[in-house]
Amino acid sequence: MTDFDITSAERDGMGPHGTKVGLLRVLGPAHVWALGVGIVLVGEYMGWNFAVGKGGAYAALMACWFAGILYTCVAMIDSEVTSTVAAAGGQYTQAKHIVGPLMAFNVGLYLVFAYTMLEAANAITAGYLISVVATMTGYTGELDQRPFIILVIMFLAWLNYRGVLATLTFNLVITAIAFCAIIVLFLSTSGILGGGIMQHAALFEGHELPYGWIGVLAAMHFGLWYYLGIEGTTQAAEEVRSPARALPFGTLAGIMTLLIAATLTWYVCSGVLPWEFLGDGVNGSVAPLFDTARLSGSNALIWFLGFGTLFATLASANGCINDASRAWFAMGRDKYLPAWFGAVHPKYRTPYRSIIFLVPIALIFALGAPLDQVITFSILSGLLEYTFMPLNIILFRRKWPMGSIKRGYEHPFHPLPAIVLLTICAITFFAVFLGYGTQLVAMIGFYIVVSLWFHFWRYRFVDRGAQFTMPWPKPQGY
Amino acid sequence: METWNYVEYAAWALSVLLGLYMVVDWFTIDTTYSEDVLTSSREGELEAMTEESHKG
Repeated sequence: MTDFDITSAERDGMGPHGTKVGLLRVLGPAHVWALGVGIVLVGEYMGWNFAVGKGGAYAALMACWFAGILYTCVAMIDSEVTSTVAAAGGQYTQAKHIVGPLMAFNVGLYLVFAYTMLEAANAITAGYLISVVATMTGYTGELDQRPFIILVIMFLAWLNYRGVLATLTFNLVITAIAFCAIIVLFLSTSGILGGGIMQHAALFEGHELPYGWIGVLAAMHFGLWYYLGIEGTTQAAEEVRSPARALPFGTLAGIMTLLIAATLTWYVCSGVLPWEFLGDGVNGSVAPLFDTARLSGSNALIWFLGFGTLFATLASANGCINDASRAWFAMGRDKYLPAWFGAVHPKYRTPYRSIIFLVPIALIFALGAPLDQVITFSILSGLLEYTFMPLNIILFRRKWPMGSIKRGYEHPFHPLPAIVLLTICAITFFAVFLGYGTQLVAMIGFYIVVSLWFHFWRYRFVDRGAQFTMPWPKPQGY
Repeated sequence: METWNYVEYAAWALSVLLGLYMVVDWFTIDTTYSEDVLTSSREGELEAMTEESHKG
């Protein structure tokens, strides 16, 4: 790398560009971990158990581990590309550099929709949790959840507006508490500390695979819930002190944490709650870890897991605001959207206009849309994003082979992770089609329409030369 | 009126205050600084500076 001249024809004239106000580089690997795990951990507290309803407890475990393979591939691929394309926007910026503008526009929208929908779903959940707390404390009326839903979104948006360091330090603390709660629940109920209450053999007998192998396939849809959002670590790329170190470290530590948390969650919940109750996330077990704590008979565990559930929900919404705003900001900066969104706050050094713009959108979905539809739209947008990743890494390795550009991390066994990821994505699309075929078709239709709009109208406003400001060598074959 | 009714009102009030804070600050910043400064951010500055220091 040091031998290149950035002003040479080979470098295509790219070099320092005179940023007067940019995002602040203050984050370390722990913040990257908190961003990734923080977005996801709510999936351990609620949501994953729909997989049990689709195919039984064993199906949910298989979905947990297959989805774990999918996300391990995602984490490895992301770590390699993002430690090289260290800019806000994450996968959007990767797509812009590696695939092309139409792919980038679509990926940017996947990101913004996936995170904003997830933020709305988390705010709805937080409102519900507060109403549960009100009931537990003896309130007999019907609590209006709307002010709490709005407060969650406004408070976290305000936190994000004021600065990324405080935002992700807050996430680090509440995510660590929520993760510790799972560990403590496992230690307390499995017999390691005190008496165990696990009844796996009795609960599973006769219900090993109630719907056969098709149930295992159908469970894959909700298997994503254990890990959905870990790829969000990439959005911190422009705000970490050392992208080449912090991003791979934080992301890979994050996926390891989640693999442990997901397996422990399955173990403790399926060993205490009957599968019919556990698998019904609407009328049965809404928050399975909390329900397991209630059956333990320990008040301390009930409160600890109660706070864990609330903290996981807040951490997820907080990370989603951070990520959606960075993706929107990056698209504005490149004029894929109006350049107005590409502004940075001169004091707080955050993409303040993007943060504010996405607040009313999140509020509309949180107050006006049903939770299951919001979650489904979020999952489908995420799945489309994961399908793009294997194509992205194959093109990245082809255009910039090893040694042609400095990588912070090189993922092993290429192209095996890309092929595995693509295969599991295809299986998961089929699983989603089984349960949510109409939504899948509607959503793909939506992305086709916005792609046509971008191609025939919006692309004329994109500043085609100025969007590529990374000091990279030209790709092979160009 | 029970305690939780007051908590509801407090949540509404706090939401409005936080929203107002952001809107007022947004307006102040947009009227104080030029658009060129606010939208001057470009990706890859760190990488570009690293390249320059290596060059030097």
